Amino acid sequence: VGHAVLAINGTEVNGRFTADGKDVLEFLGNPANYPVSIRFGRHRLSSNEKLMLASMFHSLFAIGSQLSPEVGSSGIEMLETDTFKLHCFQTLTGTVRPRALLCFARAVCARPSSRSCIVAPGIKFMVLADPRQTGIDALLRKIYEIYSDYALKNPFYSLEMPIRCELFDQNLKLALEVAEKAGPFGPGS
Amino acid sequence: GYSIGIRLIDDFLARSDVKKCRSYSETADMIAQVAFKMYLGVTPSVSCRSAAGNEFSLILDKNPLVDFVEELPAERASLWYCNLLCGVIRGALEMVHLAAEVTFLQDRLKGDAMTEIGITFLRKPEDRKHKRN
Repeated sequence: VGHAVLAINGTEVNGRFTADGKDVLEFLGNPANYPVSIRFGRHRLSSNEKLMLASMFHSLFAIGSQLSPEVGSSGIEMLETDTFKLHCFQTLTGTVRPRALLCFARAVCARPSSRSCIVAPGIKFMVLADPRQTGIDALLRKIYEIYSDYALKNPFYSLEMPIRCELFDQNLKLALEVAEKAGPFGPGS
Repeated sequence: GYSIGIRLIDDFLARSDVKKCRSYSETADMIAQVAFKMYLGVTPSVSCRSAAGNEFSLILDKNPLVDFVEELPAERASLWYCNLLCGVIRGALEMVHLAAEVTFLQDRLKGDAMTEIGITFLRKPEDRKHKRN
């Protein structure tokens, strides 16, 4: 309940049709196509939903680091529930933006002589995993390496934009598969 | 060099797994001993140039970028051939919220005794309440 068909015999499914244009229900209704392997899972999030959830988490993260009794907290590293664990890794890097750009509503106050800057915190990598899965820290480090190799070194990728680099997606998938196999369960769980 | 530096820093941090530096001299040491070693295979020596502790110089014995350069052509005698390195260091430092000025102080290609890059760290990271790790 609440799950959707994600793939049939390895081909991805989008709504009612597979990636090569076949109708899923028709395909499943035809006994000549059996045996068939079906992968179920939660609905994929749309880009908008992802943006919304990420920005919500960003605010929570900021509140978390400010609530910390120690200065210079690393923020939320792990969020644990009984159904999943969310791991977060934030990089030390981040752009420095002049304050004037962010106060466009109060244009009068943006004096060029004041050189204060807003220090942006840097990219966050978030992994949602089964609570019993181990090795997520290593996975986060590996993802950071893949990001620096295939996204940052791609001359067509501009910083802070959505990452649409094929090699990045491919290697990310590989790394996830390796991590799944290494965990306490087999692939596909 | 600046555009290279702002991206190279993430690659450096991803591969070297170093902790945050606590002082400017630690930062200068990190640049010389870890970063230069990782990317160029040389280890410049670091010396502190000012009493305030925010000016350092990296002295390069061997500069792989000039391996195939004998001398600068006459019309380009004032060219800082490896200024790329200064941009890389400046961009990388800026992305970890350390403003710095990086210039060449001496260059063997121009006839000086040695190749020296000067790093001057500007104001301390401001806005501590905005600063996140």
